[in-house]
Amino acid sequence: MSNEKLKLDVVVSDIVEVTDEIKRFEFQRADGHAFPPFSGGAHVVVEMDDDGTRRLNPYSLMSDPSDTATYAISVRRDDGGRGGSLYLHTKLKQGDRVRLSMPNNLFSLDRTASKHLMIAGGIGITPFLSQIKQLKAQKGRLGTAGKADFELHYFTREPAKTAYLADLSDDAAVSLTTYFDNEDPDRDLTGVMARQPLGTHLYVCGPKPMIDIVINQARSVGWPIENIHHEEFVAPQPGQPFTVELAKSGLTVDVGERQSLLEAIEAAGVDAPYMCRGGACGQCETKIIACDGTIEHNDHWLTDEQRASKQAIMPCMSRFSGSKLVLER
Amino acid sequence: MGMVFKDETFRDDYSFSNSPEAIKRFPFPFDKDSYMYAVNMEPHTPVRAGSVYEKSFDVDEHYVSEMRDRALVLADDPLRCQSLPHMTLAGWDLLELIMVAKAKDYPDLFTLHQDGDRWHWINRPLGIDDTFTFGDETTLPYGPMEYITRQAQGDFCVLDQREGNLWMDAGMVTTQADWSLDFDIGMNFFEWHAPVPLAHELGIFQRALKFLTAVQIGAPARRLNWTMTVNPLLDTSPENYHKWGIQKTTLTSENIGTKQHLRVELQSFWRLPRSNALVFPIRCYLISLQDLVSQPKWGRRLHRVLRDLPVELATYKGFIDNRPAILEYLSQFDDGAETSLGTWPEDD
Repeated sequence: MSNEKLKLDVVVSDIVEVTDEIKRFEFQRADGHAFPPFSGGAHVVVEMDDDGTRRLNPYSLMSDPSDTATYAISVRRDDGGRGGSLYLHTKLKQGDRVRLSMPNNLFSLDRTASKHLMIAGGIGITPFLSQIKQLKAQKGRLGTAGKADFELHYFTREPAKTAYLADLSDDAAVSLTTYFDNEDPDRDLTGVMARQPLGTHLYVCGPKPMIDIVINQARSVGWPIENIHHEEFVAPQPGQPFTVELAKSGLTVDVGERQSLLEAIEAAGVDAPYMCRGGACGQCETKIIACDGTIEHNDHWLTDEQRASKQAIMPCMSRFSGSKLVLER
Repeated sequence: MGMVFKDETFRDDYSFSNSPEAIKRFPFPFDKDSYMYAVNMEPHTPVRAGSVYEKSFDVDEHYVSEMRDRALVLADDPLRCQSLPHMTLAGWDLLELIMVAKAKDYPDLFTLHQDGDRWHWINRPLGIDDTFTFGDETTLPYGPMEYITRQAQGDFCVLDQREGNLWMDAGMVTTQADWSLDFDIGMNFFEWHAPVPLAHELGIFQRALKFLTAVQIGAPARRLNWTMTVNPLLDTSPENYHKWGIQKTTLTSENIGTKQHLRVELQSFWRLPRSNALVFPIRCYLISLQDLVSQPKWGRRLHRVLRDLPVELATYKGFIDNRPAILEYLSQFDDGAETSLGTWPEDD
């Protein structure tokens, strides 16, 4: 299920400092073959060996989807996180080998749209970078189809911390509006939303509070839910250690403070299904056999009803506190 | 490999037939003596040299004649091939997938030279030699999906993926088991499966959709489906039901072995990388009962499967009226002996 055979063995071909917090990592295939092309908004899962801890974190591809020689991701250093971004920023060197998953897309452009309204917060710009490259190529090459217009609204703290600001503002094909006052997260976009043509789709990627505000604003001016897309890339958060029993495998596994439940299951040698590792795709959904305690659901997959019934958990994101948790795994 | 392409018809005089080699490699769909719906997916990876599962897109002795039949259907009814405007990118994805796979799998039949966006495609069996610009529709005689599916056996449904669902937004459908692209175009996964009996109650489609929306680049999946067809008709469409439906009444005890065919669909599922769409090729294989029973395991098993099939399924698959005659014919080849698990005839 984790498709080991489909992993891409790659070499770090370049590391570029984009801002004081953001680096771009470029990869080429170790065997010299071409990468598959991908669709704008896709991510790869980067597999890291951080001093014996196996980390698998998803990052949006931000390179040109038609460039089959190089894949690139841009990563913001998260000093308070569990270490994935710190490892990439401080330990990964040019020439190092890592493994990537095949690209998966959970934040695809809706090609039936008459226009794409993109709203990025901070490092949430990355999926839009590949989408914009793909849209620009299509406008030039693919005839009448996929010719939808787009505009980008980009929220950051200040120009110096704004990744790819010069590239985007110099690009005549990109209609860009920047907002540098991160102190005012309630900035009202309803005016922008209200003036869009019918059939426009809205995409928002950034921190969760910003996503919630944007979605609420769009709903308040009458946008249909089908036209609103969001992606929140969060690594699983650290938390209190806990213990889980895996009924099928006959194992009892301790989940550490800085480890996700999925990582602990994998570390115990159990091949569990996954795809996005960000609580969005649904592939790692696991049945709960017994639960005496509280599940901390941190995913975007299970419905409130499913959560209340305590029948399933998403091990890539969610944690547990209590006396007993038994999973069908 | 020196493949010999048969000159045969799937209409009028029905000169279609399977060679002994084609019979041996027929994708018999029943791995045990009974049948019920299941999400019977498996990875679409090569199995057994010479089998229909060996290559990404199987090319067999019927290739040239099937493509000729497709051209006839399209000339009568251009709506068998449709692509909504947002699906052009997926069409290019499909063209690349098929060309790259065929050139790799059948180098003596197909050649692809890629020089950046300048592509040169040679299809020797069909006598095609075209140079075009990848991504530029004006350099091909048809749109990319139509161009390549006029050169590939089987129907192709190109499904857009959005809102957590799959949408029938493009396709080339001329060899179908009684469904219509023109009717289904634009529908989502649950809408176009609405007529299927029993499977909804089993939760089959919810599970199938979850599986399909997660199909990854480079990891195609496959399954088999089946029905029964009188005469070797590729085009059993609702549009032409007035032509072929009546033929179901022409079976006699004398002609049933040659007229009644088992129709098997090899369905596969592929993620298309640039568009994030999914392509669903449905490849139709036909075999007459007379040829089928030449493999004793298949004769015994088909008799038992059809005998025990729920009435709803025999009705939906359109052979409820002919079931008694089919069973009478097949019973001659069922001596009651045990059959081995699995579909391969030689493993009996």
